[in-house]
Amino acid sequence: MNAFATIRIAVRAVIRNKLRSFLTTLGIIIGVGAVIAMVAIGEGAKAQVEKAFASMGSNLLIIMPGASVSGGAMGGFGSQPTLTWDDLKAIQTEVPSVRLAAAQLRTNGQVISDSSNWTTSITGTTPEYFDIRNWEMSRGAIFTETDVEGGTKVVILGQTVVDKLYGPSADPIGQSVRIKNIPFQVIGVMARKGQSPIGTDYDDAVFMPQTTYRAKIQGSGLRNFIPGMIFVGASSPEATARAQIQIAQLLRDRHRVQAGVDDDFSIRNLTEMASAQQEGTKTMTTLLASIAAVSLLVGGIGIMNIMLVSVTERTREIGLRMAVGATTRNILAQFLVEALTLSIMGGLCGVGIGLLVANRLAAKFGWPMLVRPDIILISVGFSALVGIVFGLYPARKASLLDPIEALRYE
Amino acid sequence: MAGAPLILLEEVTKVYAMGDVEVRALRGVSLTIETGDFVAVMGASGSGKSTLMNLLGCLDRPTSGHLLLDGRDVSKLGRDAQAQVRNRTLGFVFQSFNLLARTSAVENVELPLLYAGVPTRERHWRAVEALERVGLGSRLDHHPSQLSGGQQQRVAIARALVSRPRLILADEPTGNLDSRTSIEVMALFQELGRAGMTIVLVTHESEIAAYASRVLVMRDGRVQSDQRRDPLRAVVPPEEEAHP
Repeated sequence: MNAFATIRIAVRAVIRNKLRSFLTTLGIIIGVGAVIAMVAIGEGAKAQVEKAFASMGSNLLIIMPGASVSGGAMGGFGSQPTLTWDDLKAIQTEVPSVRLAAAQLRTNGQVISDSSNWTTSITGTTPEYFDIRNWEMSRGAIFTETDVEGGTKVVILGQTVVDKLYGPSADPIGQSVRIKNIPFQVIGVMARKGQSPIGTDYDDAVFMPQTTYRAKIQGSGLRNFIPGMIFVGASSPEATARAQIQIAQLLRDRHRVQAGVDDDFSIRNLTEMASAQQEGTKTMTTLLASIAAVSLLVGGIGIMNIMLVSVTERTREIGLRMAVGATTRNILAQFLVEALTLSIMGGLCGVGIGLLVANRLAAKFGWPMLVRPDIILISVGFSALVGIVFGLYPARKASLLDPIEALRYE
Repeated sequence: MAGAPLILLEEVTKVYAMGDVEVRALRGVSLTIETGDFVAVMGASGSGKSTLMNLLGCLDRPTSGHLLLDGRDVSKLGRDAQAQVRNRTLGFVFQSFNLLARTSAVENVELPLLYAGVPTRERHWRAVEALERVGLGSRLDHHPSQLSGGQQQRVAIARALVSRPRLILADEPTGNLDSRTSIEVMALFQELGRAGMTIVLVTHESEIAAYASRVLVMRDGRVQSDQRRDPLRAVVPPEEEAHP
């Protein structure tokens, strides 16, 4: 007897009892559905987190100045400037795994256009900053090294600021805005970047050359120290951790920090933060995988149960098939394929339902819907395995029936 | 194979163990059945006629003695070898028809060919041919529930015929049929007999046995009598010819 005929008989037997087959495979449907939905959701969330961190900048390290200590009260990081412009230059030139480095000086202030005003964050920096942060322009151009050297009064606006001052579709290039009563010429608009992982709006910002910032916005300050942070772009994701160690060593040497004494600066590695976030997702995935495993086990037992019922119900049919020449293997194959058909159909239904749920949730949370074909294959394969494992005993029982008794069975 | 009997039983015994008690169902049966014989096996329940049928049908093995079918000793075959003999050499007809429910007549008849590995297309035309032979050429796609008892039994006979067996074994084939339909079925068997088919039929009704050309009476696990005689010709009463 060929495989095709066996499969046809099995599919028919399954379809004959639609409701029963459906209820039997419910365990498998739920198990596989849970796996598919959760993996898709997990992947979507992961992609979301990755996207959020990537939007901060690629291979990004942030160096913050050290903490001040006054009268035993520890200030937070950045409360005392310890980083110098020479430090920045040293990082740029002496650390091989560093691609670019730029200072970020920041304060909040009011920006006034002809018709409107908006309070936003004002950043002084250098052109490399935008490269480190993977940030494109939507209009105009970035200020140049010449602007930095000359301290020209130019600004680049974030899209949110443009929206507030001029309206979403306006082109503000060439317009003049006033900050602290000083007129600045708008030379560029940054492309929209969205929110940071903690929900800050990246686009609610204006940027200007750090020299201009120090001269016009910050007022008097320590000439040699950087009143802000240093953003570093490492040369590759692998180089990020190496760069972190090399920079720390360089700064300790430059600041003459004795061995055993804490750093007077801190370096944040965003790659590490991103992977820490993903750890949470992993725990969730493990939990859901175990739920799926239990569900598949229960589903398997359901299949075994219904196959045993089916063998009993169809004892006479089995007897007849044996009488007309079915061998032990024929009967074994028939019932095994039937259990397999049940479990694979359940698996496929589960995939469908899982995808549907994932799709709905992704739409609701605004995640990308990421379907992993390998997970679909594994789920269906696993349900097939469940069908074989739990179908084997009933099928064997059927194949070993005595034809005389089976024919006589009422 | 001239001269060699189709079935040869030599001192066949069958003992069942029912718990601690041994039931001696057959106590030494020697018998030959020639090709073309139409044998009716009669006897009270417990006489051993069902045991004899199970042995002839290769559904069981004798405790001692030899059973030769078509010249081959089948008394010690394994399960799957028995299945093969049943598939190739034998055709079964049962009292309760044993058709697969919700399966068309053609597919029911195809069943033995399925296990013989006959290709799909050949399976189909052979099943159609067998159904035409039993007069059901117009009901190929009917399900058992759409057929009368007599028609169902004829489907079962077609199923027994389709593998072109050497022997048809019928176990009380008219037990569930009314007398008119019984005669129809017996007429069909007689027709097959005339075409050279060997038929062994178990019945407890002497009216049915009367259509056979040889009557074997079993009693207490032995053959009590074995008579050849002119069979009664099965003629369907004409007044009820308008059968649905």
